[in-house]
Amino acid sequence: MTTHDINLENLSFETAYEQIGAIVDQLESGELPLEQTLALYERGRQLIKYCEGRLDAAELRISQVSGDSDGGFRVDSLK
Amino acid sequence: MNTNQDVFSVTGLNVYIRHIFDLDELLQDVWVEGEISGFNRHASGHWYFTLKDKDSQLKAVMWKTSAARQQYIPEHGEKVRAHGRVTVYEARGEYQLYCDAVLPLATVGDLHAQFRQIWDKLEAEGLFSPEIKRPLPPFPRRIGVVTSPTAAAFQDIQNVLRRRWALAEIILSPTPVQGNDAPPQILRALRLVDSLGVDVILLARGGGSMEDLWCFNDERIARAIRETHAPVVTGVGHETDITLVDGAADQRAPTPSAGAEMITPSSDDLRMRLRDLKIRSHEAADSSLEVQRDSLDELKHKLRLVSPVSMLRNQRQRLDEVDSRMRKLAALRISGLRDRLNVEGRALELANPRNLLRRGYALITRAGDGKRISNAVDAGPGTSLHIQLGKGTLTATVKDRTLDDNA
Repeated sequence: MTTHDINLENLSFETAYEQIGAIVDQLESGELPLEQTLALYERGRQLIKYCEGRLDAAELRISQVSGDSDGGFRVDSLK
Repeated sequence: MNTNQDVFSVTGLNVYIRHIFDLDELLQDVWVEGEISGFNRHASGHWYFTLKDKDSQLKAVMWKTSAARQQYIPEHGEKVRAHGRVTVYEARGEYQLYCDAVLPLATVGDLHAQFRQIWDKLEAEGLFSPEIKRPLPPFPRRIGVVTSPTAAAFQDIQNVLRRRWALAEIILSPTPVQGNDAPPQILRALRLVDSLGVDVILLARGGGSMEDLWCFNDERIARAIRETHAPVVTGVGHETDITLVDGAADQRAPTPSAGAEMITPSSDDLRMRLRDLKIRSHEAADSSLEVQRDSLDELKHKLRLVSPVSMLRNQRQRLDEVDSRMRKLAALRISGLRDRLNVEGRALELANPRNLLRRGYALITRAGDGKRISNAVDAGPGTSLHIQLGKGTLTATVKDRTLDDNA
């Protein structure tokens, strides 16, 4: 179950967070067959873990953009 | 009077009073209008003066760093509007205004009139309409910050973003944020960072005098804000300062820090909401399992009713019934057969030759070979015969015989 159905690598926090909300709504509707309930619960659990992990590991990145005289620009990382 | 009360030193009491002043928000950010009196430009660069109206007066000081930025140098007797904070000078036990900007009242009036005019024009054009405000992204990934990199405001913004939403990437688009040259540079910085495809833009500047903030009343910047791809939030000056860019912004925050908060979700809140979602999903899954378990129990009960075991039991019962019916039928049949057998037995009995013998008939066989004799031809004179009677047997010898003509 962990290997094939969830590819969290490319998932944005926003998408993951929205999916969790939708999953909980579905679970709370109580109208799903058992198999699907368990699968959804498992996916919700992993998404929550993923979001929490993202928050815990987050480190603010700061860069600065500067314009050239000829209309171009460059972005440099600060610190 | 209680002499056991705590006793302050003079310094201690003055420090205590200063704390009271420093804790008062109004006194930290205040505008005051009055007439300049006893204006003194000290050799150190600091300005000392008194503000007064017809009933009262207030001591004021402007440190040289602020004084150096003043384009306007007040003179005795002039009416001014001064900005700063009021606190206690402990050495003298006096409170005074620590001033960071002084504007001649005549200019203030001009600026206000000018501001009002542009504001009204842009408002009439619909540039400030609530309907055209864009929503802010709930989870911005790239945040454009247009401000001066050297100002405290940028540090405040970083602190807030690091605490609330470190998943984001800040892209600083640096620009001076005061002076006559500022507007075109603010404009350029705003457009540049917008062209990078950021999710939201924060245009910010810390507090300052009305003159300092004046560059944010530039009509070009206000218009440019309505043309960016990303929504723009402003955090300019203090709570009480409203500028044209605030009017044009999609949302206006009272300060740079408040602006940083406005454009980001709080990680702490999100963690709490995730915990809540975790509990809710757990409970939902649990209760739906409970429901499934109940319906499973019900099914199990129903299944038991139609199970092979119970069917078998039914079949066996039916089999037993069939069996006993068959047994009854068989018994009937046998007794019927027995009856018939009796009847036929009797018939057979009647046909039994012994019965004939008993009634006086005799069975005659030749003694030599035991052949039954029913024709005189078979027993000539002298032939020895056995004569079987109903009871007993006679042995006789043929004396004579008479043959039938047709024998």
